[in-house]
This record gives sequence, C-alpha cells and structure tokens, in this order.
Amino acid sequence: MKKDTLSEKKKHKPARHPADESYLRLVFRRFVHHRLAAVSLIVLGVIVSAALLAPIIAPYDPQDIAGPFAQPPSGSFWLGTDQIGRDMLSRLLYATRISLLVGVMATAISTAIGVLLGLIAGYFGGAADMIIMRFTDMVMSFPYILLVLVAAAIFRPGLVSIILILGFVDWPGIARLVRGNVLGLRETNFVKGSLVAGMPLRHILFSEILPNTVAPILVYATSVLALSILDEAALSFLGQGVQPPTASLGNMLNGAQSLTVLTTQPWLWLPPGLIIICIVIAINFIGDALRDALDPNGGK
Amino acid sequence: MSHLLEVQNLTAAFAQEQGASISVDHVSFYVDQGEVVCLVGESGCGKSVTSLSLMGLLGKGGAVIDGSVFFEGKDLLRMPQAELDRIRGNELTMIFQDPLTSLNPVFTVGNQITESIRAHTGLSKKEAKERALGLLSQVGMPDAKETMKKYPHTLSGGMRQRIMIAIALSCNPRLLIADEPTTALDVTIQAQIMELLKKLRQDRNMSMILITHDIGLVANMADRVLVMYAGQIIEDAPADRLFAQPKHPYTRALLNTVPTIRDRDRRKLQAISGIVPERYDKITGCRFADRCPYRTDACSAPQKLYALSAGHTVRCAAAANSPA
Repeated sequence: MKKDTLSEKKKHKPARHPADESYLRLVFRRFVHHRLAAVSLIVLGVIVSAALLAPIIAPYDPQDIAGPFAQPPSGSFWLGTDQIGRDMLSRLLYATRISLLVGVMATAISTAIGVLLGLIAGYFGGAADMIIMRFTDMVMSFPYILLVLVAAAIFRPGLVSIILILGFVDWPGIARLVRGNVLGLRETNFVKGSLVAGMPLRHILFSEILPNTVAPILVYATSVLALSILDEAALSFLGQGVQPPTASLGNMLNGAQSLTVLTTQPWLWLPPGLIIICIVIAINFIGDALRDALDPNGGK
Repeated sequence: MSHLLEVQNLTAAFAQEQGASISVDHVSFYVDQGEVVCLVGESGCGKSVTSLSLMGLLGKGGAVIDGSVFFEGKDLLRMPQAELDRIRGNELTMIFQDPLTSLNPVFTVGNQITESIRAHTGLSKKEAKERALGLLSQVGMPDAKETMKKYPHTLSGGMRQRIMIAIALSCNPRLLIADEPTTALDVTIQAQIMELLKKLRQDRNMSMILITHDIGLVANMADRVLVMYAGQIIEDAPADRLFAQPKHPYTRALLNTVPTIRDRDRRKLQAISGIVPERYDKITGCRFADRCPYRTDACSAPQKLYALSAGHTVRCAAAANSPA
C-alpha cells in the first residue's frame, strides 16, 4: 500500500501546472490522445526503419537474380521471387526506401518554394502578390497528372527528375496557405512592434512571422507527402517515373499490368500495394492528429 | 533651443472609394527632452494615426501626404530606411494599445526580450540575458527568472504590458510613444502601469507621448496637453492651464464628462451630444460646430489656431476673443 502511494507521488511530479508545460510536451500529449494516429506513427515508424535498414536486413541484393523465377512465397524467399528470379522481400524493402525518399524530397522542395512565395506575396502585397498568386493559380489549374506526364516525357525519367517534377508542381497549396496566414500576421502588434524596434526584414519574415505559421504548414506538408508518394507510384506504374532495375513501389506494381500476374501471382503486386496503402493512410492520420494537437485553441 | 521631436504640418490620408480622406490635418507640435505630452480626444479623431505616422507605420492605404517630423533635427519621413531602422528601436520606440497581441505567441518572454536587446546592442547571449533580467525587475515583474521562461499566453494583460515596456526600454529610448497603453487593462493595473511609466520617465529623463482618452490619466501624467478633434489640434496648453482655463468648447465639454469625487448627486455627468463626423475633412468651417452649444454664424468660416498667453493656443475665434 505504502509503495503504491509512493509511486503515485512519483507519477504526479512530471504533470506540473499546465502553464509550465512546454509546448512540445503539450503537443505530444494531445497527439497521443488520438489512438489511430499513435498506431499510425508506430506503423510508419516500422516501415521507415525497415526501409532505412534495408541494406542490413534485406536477405538478397535487390538487383541480383537469386533463385528460380516467379516462385510463390517459401522459406527461403518469404515473399517469393519475381519473373526474373529476384527476391521480392529485398526489392520491397529497397522500393519503400526509394518511394519514401521521393516523397520526402518532393515535399521538402515544394514546401520550401511554397513558403518562400507565400511569405513574399503575403508580406509585400501589391504587384508582387498579384504576380505570384496568378502564377500559383496557373499552376493549380493545370491538369496535374498531364503536366507531370509531359514533364516526365521531356526530361529523362529517373529518380532525380521525378523528385524535381513532383517538387515543382506540389507547392501552390502551401503558397496559398502561407500567404493567407501572413496577411493576418502582418497586421499583428508584434510584427509592428519589431518594425518599431528597427528589426531587419529578414528577422521579421523568418523569425517573427514564419514560426507562427509552422503548424499549418506542417499539417499541409503531411498531405503533400502522402500525395507525392501516390504520384510517384502512379508515374512509375505508367513507366514514366523511377526506372528499372531500381525498384520503387510504383514500378513493382507495374508487373500487375499483365492479367496472368494479376490473377495467378498475387505475391508480386499485393505487398507493394499494401505498403503504399499503409504509408498513405498512416501519414493522413498523423496529419489529422497533428492538426488537432498543434491547434493553439484546441481543447485542453 | 531645438526640440527633441518637432512635428510640422503633418497630414495623413487614407485611400477610400470616394477618394482620399484626410484623417490627420496639418498637425504641428513638439516634444522636449524629459517632457510628457498627452494627446487626447475621442475615438476616431486621429490620435493613433498621428502616432503611427510618426513611426512610419501607417500600413496599407494610408500615407503621409504633407509635413515633416524632425527627430533631433533629422526628418524621419525623408531618411533612408536603414537610418530609420536604426533610430526606431534605439532612440524612438512605441508601445501599443493591446498588450495581448503585442508579444509573439510562439516564443518565450525571455527569448523576445534578449532578441530585442541583442539586435540593438550586440551584447553576447549571456550579457543580454542578464540585462533582460534587470529590465524585468525594473518594470516590476516579481519573479524575473521564472518569467523569462514563460510563454505570453500564460501571463496576464498587465504583466504583458510590463514586458512590452521592458522590451521598449531595452535600448534606452529617448522618446517613448505610448498609444493608449492601459486601455485594455483594468483600473488597478492601469494605475500601476502609469506609476511605472512615471517613475521610468524620472529615472531616465525620457520623453513620452501619451495617447489617451482618459482625462484622469492626463491630469496625472502630462506636462503639456494637445487636444485633438476631427484630425486637427484644437487646443494646445500646459496641463495646469488646460485644466484651470480650458478655452475651446470641445475641451470644456471633454472635461465636463469626467466625474469627480465631490460631485455627489449635485451634478449630472455631461455627455457631448453627437459623434465625431465621419468625413470631417470635407467640413470647411469649425469641425466641432455641429455639436457646439456656443455656435455662431462665424463658425462656418475656417478656424485657425489663435495664440493666447505663453504656450496656449486654441482653434476657436470666439474662445480666443472672449476674456478668460
């Protein structure tokens, strides 16, 4: 009994007064409150670490012909082999790695572009705003997949070009979001205050305004990440994305274009398909939970 | 002797659908070293626009279209941005009406104060932190060390205004513009903040422009008072004199709206009937005429400022000509 009260006391200590709680801790507490998001985070964590550790845990070289072709899953080839005898598990691990890389890099590029253009348009207004936002509207109103296909046709398809292509078409949403936030933040007293204090423009844009709009950017970026991964899969599936022999989740699905594979060899397309679904759903749940957790006015 | 701040014919306008509307009309005044000048008037008569124009903060749609603002002999409105940035913050600073939105919500208090100190002095992080602690205790924050670690939303309005003052003081300004610094605070806190400003002014021989509509504050703080109405200065006098002998009918009416403790039930509080006219720049004559009980035909002619005795001017022909 005595021991119980002691451990109880210990438990109470970290839960200090809410005002003393650091912001990150608060966000984390609210995030974990979303069960689905917490599970998603674990699932995504497992997938990401498996992808990162691929060179260590993959049983075979993904490019090597390791056994008989088109074998169903067995003891030595857990997920079977593909039509030319490469180990599916190893390929799947490396493919996840490539797909995540494409997603993260494309998201980073589009976020950087969107944030920069949004800040400039929102803060300076006037002609700069007009030009940037009309350009944004233009990019947004283009039939998206067509643009990507054309771009992929012009530049040599491959890992780098698909990252760049996706990076340069995904930014308009972020630019609009940032611009909208900046419009409001520009009129706040603390921004006026730093003007009064003679702070340089760089400080006002990046140290006063930007940190106040990080939360919505982060939330939006998660959906961009999910979209980029899907787009990569779509492009690679159509043969315009990551080129074989490099494996990506999309070009692994490519094999399923043939009817025999689709009907008789499900181990060739089911795992990459499932991984894509898991990644995208997990990212979307995490994004949802982040939105609630980061909301400064959210329920305490 | 030249003044610390001298404003000449400052005129500011806002773009509107029906053309520019002039909200500050040829305002001229000066502030000397160590002096507290109060700018009083109803809402919407151009007090805040005047102060924002001084700082070059009018924002979208607004512009200073005439006049000059000399600070230590240099025109703030016509200097390069870099020099303005140096003066703003170092020698000239401002605190705003609403302390609740004046601090950046995503940084701790300490972070914001040290940031401001370092931007102006080039002190090291540690020195800046020490100075910030000093400033916080100077503005009467009880537990400076703890406060440094707090985020703005965990502090009350009065505390936040104290922090704003600490930030404003971080670079030893020579002139502080306080735009209704206590309007958003309750009365007891208001008194504390005003006492603080008074003390700081004495300690540092700092000049202050205090913008308010609270006559009580004016009596408590001011050396000189500028009464504004509809974009114009209508009376300018040393504080004692203004309270003893208000000349302009508007000033008198304004003083009559203040309850005093000796009132009991003998006097009914006087309200000034009507409101500040909206497009007051279109009125040719006296802008207060519509609401003035003493109005005559002469009031439809434009009114100029009449100088009375030392330092007292009034924009009313009738008041200037009548004996005390």
